[in-house]
This record gives sequence, structure tokens and C-alpha cells, in this order.
Amino acid sequence: MTTTDPAPRTSVSLALCGSGGAGVMTAGNLLLEAAARAGWYGLMVRSSGPQIRGGEAAALLRIATRPVDCLDDQFDALIAVDWQNVHRFADEVPLGPASVIVGDPDQGAAPEVFVASGARSVPLPLKQMAKAIPGSWPNMIALGAAAGMLGIPLDTVRQVVEQSLKKAGDTLPATLAAIDAGARAAASQSGALALAPPAGRADRRWLVTGNQAAGFGAIRGGVRFVAAYPITPATELLEYLAPALPQVGGVLVQAEDELASINMIIGASYGGTPALTATAGPGLALMTEALGLAVAAEVPIVVVDVMRGGPSTGIPAKSEQSDVSIALWGLHGDAPRLVLAPNSIGDCATTTEWAVHLAEALQAPAIVLSDQFFGQARAVTERPAGLGAAPQRLTAPAHAADYKRYALTDSGVSPMAIPGRAGTAYTADGLEHGERGIPSSGAGDHRAQLDKRQRKLAGHDYGARWADVEGTGPTAVVTFGSCTGAAREALARARADRIEARLVSLRLLAPARPALLAAALAGVERVLVVEQNHGGQFLRYLRAEYDLPRVVRSCRQPGPLPVRAADIHRALVALEQGRPA
Amino acid sequence: MNDLATPAGHLQPAAFKSDYKPIWCPGCGDYSVLSAFTKAFAAIGRRPEEIVVVSGIGCSSRIPAYLTSYGFHGVHGRALAAATGLKLARPDLTVVVAGGDGDGYSIGGNHFLHACRRNVDLTYVVMDNHVYGMTKGQPSPTTEPDWASKLSPKGTGLRVFHPLAVALAAGANFVARAFSGDPNGVAEILADAIRHPGFSFVEVLSPCVTFRPEQRAWKQAVHPAAVAATDDPARAARRILTDDGFNLGVLYRGDRAPYQPLVGEPAKSVADLEREFEL
Amino acid sequence: MTKDPVRRTGRARKPPAVRTMDELMTVAYALEVEAAERYTEFADAMAMHNNCEVAELFRKLARIEEKHGAQILAEMRWTEPPPLPAGGYRWQGPEGPETGEHTSLHYLMQPYHALEIALANERRARAFFDDLAERATSAAVKRAAQAMAVEEAEHVRLIEEWMRKVPAPDAQWDVDLDPPRHVD
Repeated sequence: MTTTDPAPRTSVSLALCGSGGAGVMTAGNLLLEAAARAGWYGLMVRSSGPQIRGGEAAALLRIATRPVDCLDDQFDALIAVDWQNVHRFADEVPLGPASVIVGDPDQGAAPEVFVASGARSVPLPLKQMAKAIPGSWPNMIALGAAAGMLGIPLDTVRQVVEQSLKKAGDTLPATLAAIDAGARAAASQSGALALAPPAGRADRRWLVTGNQAAGFGAIRGGVRFVAAYPITPATELLEYLAPALPQVGGVLVQAEDELASINMIIGASYGGTPALTATAGPGLALMTEALGLAVAAEVPIVVVDVMRGGPSTGIPAKSEQSDVSIALWGLHGDAPRLVLAPNSIGDCATTTEWAVHLAEALQAPAIVLSDQFFGQARAVTERPAGLGAAPQRLTAPAHAADYKRYALTDSGVSPMAIPGRAGTAYTADGLEHGERGIPSSGAGDHRAQLDKRQRKLAGHDYGARWADVEGTGPTAVVTFGSCTGAAREALARARADRIEARLVSLRLLAPARPALLAAALAGVERVLVVEQNHGGQFLRYLRAEYDLPRVVRSCRQPGPLPVRAADIHRALVALEQGRPA
Repeated sequence: MNDLATPAGHLQPAAFKSDYKPIWCPGCGDYSVLSAFTKAFAAIGRRPEEIVVVSGIGCSSRIPAYLTSYGFHGVHGRALAAATGLKLARPDLTVVVAGGDGDGYSIGGNHFLHACRRNVDLTYVVMDNHVYGMTKGQPSPTTEPDWASKLSPKGTGLRVFHPLAVALAAGANFVARAFSGDPNGVAEILADAIRHPGFSFVEVLSPCVTFRPEQRAWKQAVHPAAVAATDDPARAARRILTDDGFNLGVLYRGDRAPYQPLVGEPAKSVADLEREFEL
Repeated sequence: MTKDPVRRTGRARKPPAVRTMDELMTVAYALEVEAAERYTEFADAMAMHNNCEVAELFRKLARIEEKHGAQILAEMRWTEPPPLPAGGYRWQGPEGPETGEHTSLHYLMQPYHALEIALANERRARAFFDDLAERATSAAVKRAAQAMAVEEAEHVRLIEEWMRKVPAPDAQWDVDLDPPRHVD
């Protein structure tokens, strides 16, 4: 809820809308960069119509004095270059009586759906002002106005624009003049939305999208082979790796489809190279057969699933957390595998790196559940911690005595022969096999290998990274992924209402860690399970794998809209008071 | 005789265009292909409900919604498979498959081979713009080897896929190439393809104005085939393998009988079958 | 089934001869109808891409062409449109002379560009009728074709006048700072 406190704000949310080439995404990115340079945190989410170019577009921004991992409940300002089809974003740009709508009077009145919020309308003749400065654009006037309203130093804005718009060449002076003009025009409005000064800058912050972070995390984890098949919203992760990976001596190849990409990375990993691909729900569904092959043949691979609205083609450009079930249970046969979920944009780097480490150490496939919100939002984040040591794949030395690829060890992990090394040649197989890898249909072999593959994952010590556990109290909010940010903010508000509650945000979903969750929930009587899907997939998983306290409630909704802090807070209060939400 | 002449009393092309406005970028070749579809459907004299357009994923695959015929907008690369099942179950329908070069020749490549081989009575129209448009400009199998993009920063370096040669070799019964800059020409070829029994393959060069603006030059590059279609696969193979990729027209017109599913003999009723278990 | 491959692709076709007034006015009508349909398609495409000013302009042009078509019907006292072959009249090039090409559009185009398209269309139409007049085999058809050419010349003049009232596009007209998007 936006505060009506006239004091400088610790968080301001602003939306920029326009269409037909208005350039609102560019303006939004520049504003975020400027804020970041000046020491603030923040994030930007993009929303657009189905057209490839010229469609209606909205840049949704939040700038804050502390790191933020989600959008706020409402927007404080909506600046519209024009109103073409902008009403389509009404659900994503909730306004309130304290909000301000800045519109160009030449573009007509703001749509009723925005005005009905009670927001105050302020005219700003963007087009006219741009026309008065030949070579400038209305979105740059809007950028200046936004910077002015928020109190972002114009010098910083200018610096950022100069660097980003290098190609603009001789229009740069006009652009800078436009920004100045916008800032001057906003001068009468500033104050109401001014940001509190940045709270002292942490070292080495990043400005990054979740997709880029995940790609980087893969490289940092040791991945040196990637097969790529484009799919919204994962494509940028692969496009990040396409130039970056070769630069560190790796290889990226574009595959003809997901069936090819998953099989390619299995082949590369069999040859000894840590390998990864990225996809979304429909691609993951295609990959399930080959994921089972990786389980059975014990070949390490990582698949990043950037989740989107489902099922089937669903809502490709919107976020949802509805691939939990397929990730956990989507393979035929008894096929244990690793499933992880980063819980912030920065964490996309660390958790992907962790996934590579685990896959290599346990010789198993790992699915990383990111989502469209993380993948495509751009955020200012503390530098994601690296994990230090390189991945440890247990390999067999040449001429290992009496070599058995699938030897039954205590840990369940057996040394993997690498092609090229003499004396340890074997055939990897999806068929069930004995210790030497020879196909077997025997009961003993099957039981032994199933036990081995389960034991190696279940018996591993995952350390403290398995979840973020914060706070005290008899109530707990259990969640994962992109709901975590909103959950944290909801708990902070609840604390202000003297409701003490804990947060448990899981990063490791499979294998389940019942003992660890039991410890985290010791003394908890009521649990609120938060997720962004329709069927309660995460709740079902929790019920299936863990003992939960008596009172369990679900706070969930499917995409495309995010679960907001206000939704979680409301559910939490209702849970506390023992009434329905 | 005008091949596009509508039989008396049948519908005009406008009856086949739906109320949905395409989201294709202005300048896209697919607008002309859409127009050609309506003209071809009018020419073959069928009603919209008797026609199904099956597609995959991509800009071109959006076409079913823009027509009043039945449509099936399936998943990426699998349109031919869905269309095969449909036509075998409902041989009374006219089934036309549509999609782009990415959908058809990359992920759909395997289905493409087997659809040509199986020779079910289908018409497959590929709007080829040498790029994956919908996911923002990656190279497709027909992209030139030196075209740089984010996923292949120095170009793919790969020999381009030759869909007409592959179709012919895999057993397609009708192979043609058209150009969206001549919508009436496309319509004529489409009508011919639909009328022709068995698997008819039409590759339509359809420029992408957003990711491949240089394809405006295709207008100058295309030219009509110098000779009429042949029914000799070897002669067609030679022509197709040696043409410049801009040779327009029906290039091969074969006479293989279209695929027919097995007929069980002698015919039995359920009661007959049950009787076989009776002691 | 025609064996003429050249005709298949629509290049270098010889259009049917225009021998009678009916044939001439059918051609003229087809020309206007196809022009109007194309302008309407253009208008829809521009509206879809939120370029409302140009969409409106194309709709205006479509209405003008429809009016010309209606005038032809009125002059010939035709109570319904003359029968045209499905797939359109067989033009010399791929399409009618007054039919704009899809490839000339740009989602950021300005009204001036739209009028440039219209101007090219009208000029081609004038040349078309000039050519018909030259090849006409009857005096009546020749006179009528010449009159159509004069009318098209007037349309050319009107478009040119319209263009003088419309601002010329500035150097930045096609700059969109936002990149194209993923959709599916």
C-alpha cells in the first residue's frame, strides 16, 4: 500500500505506457539505470501486446532505497505517452486515490478504468514539448519528468543516456534537452513522489535480468556446453550465453528442437563436459523422455525452466509457478532428480551455479525452476555470492582396476569413466543395468540400481542453502521462487501489526528434506502456503513429502498477475484471526 | 480457362476471411498469402466448414484464426502430425497445413519427411522468410550461412536446407514454389495443390519486413520457371537442385496414389468378434 | 489446366483485350474495388499497430476508391457489380495498377508516406488507361479510356495537393528505441 506520508519515500512505483514505437521500454530502462547509478535499488518489468513491433507497451518500475524483489501493491504514478490500448494493462497497473496520472492532453483523456481509481490527473503535453525540440522524442520528455518527480539527479540521467544512446549520435543534444524540459515541467509535481536518498551503497551491485544471471551462474558453475532452442521467456538466457560461453572456451549450438537440445547436452556431458540448456514449460514437457535417460544413465545435466503461464501454449509472455508438478513428478518410471528454485533475481545466478555443482557431484539431472518474472525483469541486486569451489564430478582414472561404472557404493555415487581414458570404456544406457552397465532385467539389479540412484540424492548434505528460514512465531509462510519477495514484505507489515511469523522459502524442492523442514517449523501451529498457480501444486508437494502442522491454508492465484504483498498480508491476518481469507 | 474461376453458386473469397485482424507487422508477406488462401478456397468450391487449416507455432502459424474455415493451432513443429491424424479420421475434409520455415524445417523436419513419404492427401504451405520471426530473429534452416544473429553471432556457417529437394526425395506428390508478392499466382498454385491428390507441398517465399528487411530485394530476384512442371522425379530433382531458389511455379506433379489405411477383410460386427471367444 | 507457366506466376501477362465499353468499365471497376480492398487492409494493419493517424488516412483513401467504384456502377446503370473472375482480373503485373503493395508499409509510417503510396497508385492507373486507349480497337472504347486517364490524372493532382498540406516526415520517423519482442 502506498503511504500518503509526505516524507520522502523509501519506495516509489511508476508505470510508463505507450504504443506504436513510443519507446517506453527504453525510457524505463534508462530511468532504472540512472537510479541504480545514483545508488538506489529497483526493478523493471515489461508488459506488451501481442504485436512484435508497434504494439501497446508498459514499463513497470519500482525504485527503492533497499533491495526489492517484487513490484509493490500499487503504482504511485502512471505516465502515458499515449493511451492506445493501455487499458489492457489496467490489471497490472493498479492505482489508488493517492496516485497521479500524467497524460498528454493531445492524446485524449485517460481511460475510465484508471480514472475510476480516484487517481489525480496531471496534464503534460509530451508531444508538443518534443516537437519544440527538433530531433527529440516524447518518451525522453517523459523520462525527464519521471526523473524529476522521483528526485533522481539529472546529471546521472544524462550520463546514462549519453552512454546508452551512443548510436543516436547527433540527436544526443536534442535528447538531453528533452530530458531537461521534462524535468522542469515536473518540478511543480516533485516532492510528492521524491525518493529518500540512497542508504549508502553496497559494493559491487549488479543490474541484471534473471535470465542473464542464470546464464552467468551456469558459466560460473563450470558449464562449457549449451544446446539452445529458442522459446519465450527463456531465449535471452541462451542469447546471453551465445557470445559469453565461447569466450570462456565453451561451445553453444542452436538445436532444431527441444528433443535435439536435451539429447545434445546429454551427449556432451557423457563426454565429460558440464552441459546445460534452458527452456520453458512446453519445452520441458518435450524433454521429459530424455531427462529420464539422464537419470537412468547417471549423466549430469542442468535444465533451466523459465516458467510461464500454462498449460500447453498458455500465456507465453507472463509468469506463473505451474511447472512444479512436472518438474517433480513428470518423468516416467521411478526417476529421482534434483529440482531447485532461485528465490530472487540475483539468486538466479547462485542457484543455477549450485545446480551445476550438484548435478556434477551427484551425476544426475537438475531442473532449475526460474520464471518469466525473474527471467525478464531487470533488477538492481547485491552481488550474488559465488560458491567458490568448482564442481566435483567423480571420475575414474585411466586403467582403474576392475572398473564398474555403476558400482554400488555407500554414497550411491560411482566414478564415471570419461571417453578417451584407456581401460574404462563402457556403454551408457537407458536400459536398466547391472554394476558394469550391462543391460539387465533382473530383480536384484533393478532394485539395487533404483536404491543407488535414490540414495545418492537423499543422502547428500545440501547445507544451509536448501531454504531461507527467517523469523520466529507460531505462524509460518512457506513459499518458493518469485513469491518470496512479496512474502518478505508481507511479513514486515505483519510485524508492524505485532503478528510474528516466520518465512520458509525453499530453494531445494527435490529431493525433499523432511527433517530440515520439521526443524524450521518447530513450534509452528499455522502455515500459509503461497504460490502462483491455480491447482496448488506446491501445497500438494508439501503435503505429499512433509508432515505439516494442523492448520494449513493456501494463498494462491494463477498468472498473469503476481501474488502481491497485500494479498499475502491479508491472508496472514485472516489466518491469525482464525477466519476465512 | 481461369483456374481461379469460382463454380457458379459458390462462395466468394471474402466469405473465407474472418473478422480477426492479423497481428503481422505491416509489410509482412503473409498478408498476401492469407488473401491467396481465400481465393484458392473460393476457387475449389468448398464451404468454410469443409476445410480445416492446421498450423504450428510462429508468425505464419497464426493464419487459421484469420480464416472462416475450421482451424487447429497446435504446438511447435507438430502440425503435420495433427493434420495426418485428422485427415485419416475424416477423409471427407479438405485439410491444409500452414506454418513457417522454423516450425516446418527445424523442429518439424522429421514430421516433414514422413508426411511426404506417407503421401496422405494434404496440402502443406510453408511461408518461408529464412528466419524465426516470433522469437525475435534467430536463424532458421533456410537462413543463409553468413547471416549474423544473437544466437549465431558469426552466422550458422551451415549449408541451407533445401525443402523442395527434400520434399521430392521424401515422396511428395506435388512440389511448387511461389512468392507472396504475387498473391494471385500463389492462389492459383494453392488451388492446384489442393486439387492435386496426395501430399502437395508449396513453399511460399514470404519476406519478413522486421528481421530481414533486405528481403525486399526478392521482388527482383524471383522469376517464373522456364518450363512446365514435370512428372519425372529425376528430371524434377535435377531442376530443383540446380535452381537459384527463386524459380517460381509448379516444379513437380507426380501421380502416386494417395495413402489409404488398411481395410479389414472380411468385415465383422462386434457381435461377430465376441462370438469368436464363445466356447 | 493451363500449360502456360509464365501466366502462373503473374509476370509479363498479356491482359485480355478490351473490346467493348462493358469490358472497359468492368476493368475500371475491378481496379477501384481492388484498390479499396487493399487500402482497407492497410488501414487494419496500421490500426493494429497503433498508428491511428495513418490508419484513418488509408480508410479515407479506401472510401474514395469505393466512391469511384460506385460512380462507375451509376454511370453504367449497373444494379449490381459486374462479374469478375474469382482471384481478380488478370492484370499485366501481379496486381492492379492502383493496388498498393504490402511491402511499402512500415508500422511507423507517416501520413506523407501513405500519400506517396497513393500517388504512385494513381500515376500507375493513369498510365494503365493511357495504354488501354492506345491499344483500343474501337473508337468508343478509345475515347472512354482516354477519359478515364484524364480522371486518373485529376486524382494525381488531388493527391499532390493533399501532400502539400501534410508535413514531410522528419529524419527520425522510423526510429523506435524499443527492440522487437518475443511473443510466442
